Amino acid sequence: MSHSPVLALPAETGWTRFSNFWSDFRQSPVAVAALTVVVVVVLMAVLAPYVAPQDPYNQEALDLFDARLEPGEVGSGGYVHWLGTDAAGRDIFSAILYGLRTSLIVGVMAGTLALILGTTVGLIAAYYGGRVEALIMRIIDLQLSLPAILLALVLVAMLGQGLMQLVAALVAAQYAYFARTTHGAASAERRKDYIEAALSTPLPARHVLFRHLLPNALPPLIVVATVQVANSIALEATLSFLGLGLPLTQPSLGSLISNGFQFLLSGRYWISIYPGIALMLTVVAINLVGDQVRNVLNPRRSR
Amino acid sequence: MIGFLIQRVLQALMVVIAMSIIVFLGVYAIGNPIDVMIDPASDQALREALIQRYGFDRPLFEQYFIFMNNMLHGDLGESFIYRLPVLNLILSRLPATLELALTAMLIATLLGIPLGLWAGYKPDSLSAKAIMGFSVLGFSVPSFWVGLLLIMVFAVELGWFPSGGRGPTTEVLGMNLSITSLEGWSYILLPAFNLALFKLGLLIRLTRAGTVEVMGSDYVRFARAQGLSEGKVVGLHVLKNISIPIVTVFGLELGSTLAFAVVTETVFNWPGMGKLIIDSITVLDRPVMVAYLILVVFLFVMINLVVDLIYGQLDPRIRVKAAS
Amino acid sequence: MSDAVLRVNNLQTQFETRGGVLKAVDGVSFEVGRGRILGLVGESGSGKSVTGYSILGLIEAPGRIAGGEVLLNGKDITRLRGDAMRQVRGAQIAMVFQDPMMTLNPVLKIGTQMIAAVRAHDKVSRKAARARARDALAKVGIPSPEERLDAYPHQLSGGMRQRVAIAIALLHSPAVIIADEPTTALDVSIQGQILAEVRRLADETGTAFVWVTHDLAVVSSLADDICVMYAGRVVESGPAADVIASPRHPYTAGLLASVPAEHEPGTKLPQVPGSTPSLANLPQGCAFAPRCAKAGPACTTTPPVQQFEDGRTALCHYPIEPVSCQPLSLTSTTYRSAS
Ligand SMILES: Nc1ncnc2c1ncn2[C@@H]1O[C@H](COP(=O)(O)OP(=O)(O)OP(=O)(O)O)[C@@H](O)[C@H]1O
Ligand code: SF4
Ligand SMILES: [Mg+2]
Repeated sequence: MSHSPVLALPAETGWTRFSNFWSDFRQSPVAVAALTVVVVVVLMAVLAPYVAPQDPYNQEALDLFDARLEPGEVGSGGYVHWLGTDAAGRDIFSAILYGLRTSLIVGVMAGTLALILGTTVGLIAAYYGGRVEALIMRIIDLQLSLPAILLALVLVAMLGQGLMQLVAALVAAQYAYFARTTHGAASAERRKDYIEAALSTPLPARHVLFRHLLPNALPPLIVVATVQVANSIALEATLSFLGLGLPLTQPSLGSLISNGFQFLLSGRYWISIYPGIALMLTVVAINLVGDQVRNVLNPRRSR
Repeated sequence: MIGFLIQRVLQALMVVIAMSIIVFLGVYAIGNPIDVMIDPASDQALREALIQRYGFDRPLFEQYFIFMNNMLHGDLGESFIYRLPVLNLILSRLPATLELALTAMLIATLLGIPLGLWAGYKPDSLSAKAIMGFSVLGFSVPSFWVGLLLIMVFAVELGWFPSGGRGPTTEVLGMNLSITSLEGWSYILLPAFNLALFKLGLLIRLTRAGTVEVMGSDYVRFARAQGLSEGKVVGLHVLKNISIPIVTVFGLELGSTLAFAVVTETVFNWPGMGKLIIDSITVLDRPVMVAYLILVVFLFVMINLVVDLIYGQLDPRIRVKAAS
Repeated sequence: MSDAVLRVNNLQTQFETRGGVLKAVDGVSFEVGRGRILGLVGESGSGKSVTGYSILGLIEAPGRIAGGEVLLNGKDITRLRGDAMRQVRGAQIAMVFQDPMMTLNPVLKIGTQMIAAVRAHDKVSRKAARARARDALAKVGIPSPEERLDAYPHQLSGGMRQRVAIAIALLHSPAVIIADEPTTALDVSIQGQILAEVRRLADETGTAFVWVTHDLAVVSSLADDICVMYAGRVVESGPAADVIASPRHPYTAGLLASVPAEHEPGTKLPQVPGSTPSLANLPQGCAFAPRCAKAGPACTTTPPVQQFEDGRTALCHYPIEPVSCQPLSLTSTTYRSAS
């Protein structure tokens, strides 16, 4: 019997596996376009200080004469505000780049922490089995039955506002997805005979966990992680929009949109619409990439 | 059946109790409990009296029981801002939220099931792909952003609908509702559609997946072999089979719709519970926060319970399992 | 024979797959006369079910009927579309599917499903439809049929479900019933009852049957004619008694040699050596060649259809010479009509 992926795949190097993956991924032009968007977005966020014509955090660089300029107008800085300016004279394009940065940092940080926490919890449940497993999974199921926004609200209400509180709220609202995914894949693997055998030999637990259980859970985890980063970004934006996330001195896309909301009714659409488009593109693109990754890693699901 | 019922009710109770402990510890024990009960600005003597009365000098578990006891007697404290008993305050906002959430669910169902059926019936058609694309947007684009777009297009540019607020209401069975008048509908339609989008996306996906699965089954082929018309195949076999997951999701999503109403209510300035909780978090009106959270969890659990029971009725296989 | 109720001519059904086109049914021809029973035999994967689905026009993407005709009372029904085809299905040709566990919708009551089947062709009231459903259940020997109508499929055993499926097929007294291994889930005594019932039906009402099975013993006792399929083709056909007494195709001979009844007890049962080939890579020429004891040099080319006396055919370069001894029966009972 060759049901151990670890034993069955030694000949496949990381590189061939990746190139197989890539040639499957490429099949969908939509997914490739989405991936391009993700790459561009990440690059723009990373390079924001070099790309942005203005540092939107620097209050002194802002000029009230430049307030609420329409897209395409030239401000006192002598350059074109392609996406206009907000009420404080902030260049929207620059604000978006910096906002993307914050949003991505929060999203990736929350996603990674949730991944680590969730995977650990899921592996512990799958490894120990019995009562530990029953208890942990009970809690996880319970949490999954509550909407993420509600959990985030509870946490924000309890912890107050700020970057770390926000990340904590996002992690708490999302780790359960990782835990359930890991547990599902790992416990399916655990039931197989050779794991039983490994458990009864004096191998260190760490060996079983990391060599056998974790690799099996990896493909679905990658998918969940992609989607959860997008969800974190969206949830953060939502909380910031509600005024429960980050303050405007540390703007994320959500707070930028919220900031422009009051001007929307008076026709100054650009202050919130452009950050919104950036948010939408980012979130949808990550989701589409995640969808295709799921199809490639789990060919049974694709048509 | 009775055993099944009792088991589920017990489970629901456990969840509510667990949640109340978490919220209690989170808001009361971590924060300063006295701040929760009364305005921090009130004078020292009053504070002392209250500490005595509510027993904040007692051990934590005792405090929890006092808190629960008060809650069971309908005493959830008083809002700092509105100077009203929290329970009344929340309940007065409940109809607006329920109305919004139910209208949203209705929209999602009326659009989502036919679209999902079509996308599953002709999975390779262009229209099916367009529908699926729409559903991806529906649940990946943050709903507050869609709300803004709706306002911009339909309220600001086209002027078809008001940009927010609730408009006139009529009292029905002691609840103020806006869906009783045409003008009320013009207010509720945009926010309800906004709130519906996520469920719509979900419902389309679910319906489609179920339809594809059922259409490929042997029993549909057998039904066709008997000469059943396509309408009958879909109406009898597909609908009945997908009704199970759909009722489940409908029920579960009703709960989360109540929670997500928070966002829509803020965007459209809809005076429901969600708007209330956001306002109270920003001004630290803690009694309202606590009461809202416990109440929503309670509602949520109750809805799940009802869905579970309906689910059991719909799927004969589960009914048998539960009975034995 | 031009009085055939059902005549299949050079039927071809193909599936587009990643690995290329699978010819699941590749030029199948046969005919069934009024009141006659055709036994369609062959190993798993030989294309029996796909033939049945094709006749009813139930092939869905990625499959399609690539050629041939299905003549029902002389009219080609492969050309019918939409409602015209729907009116044929269930009313003029019915099919009983292979797997009784999957053919009934688990979330609908038996009664609901049967009433829908009645009303698909006859615009009668629900009540009348229910009465007909009940009678049909009684006819196939289901005890307390009234109560069964209110049962869900999972409350019935596999055999019971198969009988429900047979009852549904009988509802509109169709001219042809295609029965895809309908008795495999039944125990021997019930199988006997059903076979006797089917024979009686064919004789009395003139219903024609295509009886798909693995079981040569069933065919020998029930069928008038036989069609042996291998890898999507008919390799031998002819009157059942003659084919069983003296097979002309090596594959049929191999199948017959592995039937217990004909075999000395205590010795090892010979099997047809090798296994069913995959349709994706059939050998050049005769598909049976790798397993055939008689294979010769010509077998790398497509064998011709050899026509013999009394309407027999074999698809083989080197058909077996006929033996001229007493026809032997595989079982002691026979349901075959005297005619
Ligand atoms: N939907 C499909 N897609 C691809 N190939 C198919 C499909 N349906 C059937 N086939 C192929 O057609 C061939 C014939 O299948 P069929 O079910 O007719 O066999 P059978 O003779 O009925 O076998 P059994 O005795 O096991 O029922 C098989 O090789 C099968 O793989
Ligand atoms: S054609 Fe040749 S290989 Fe095929 S069955 Fe006849 S003898 Fe055997
Ligand atoms: Mg078959």
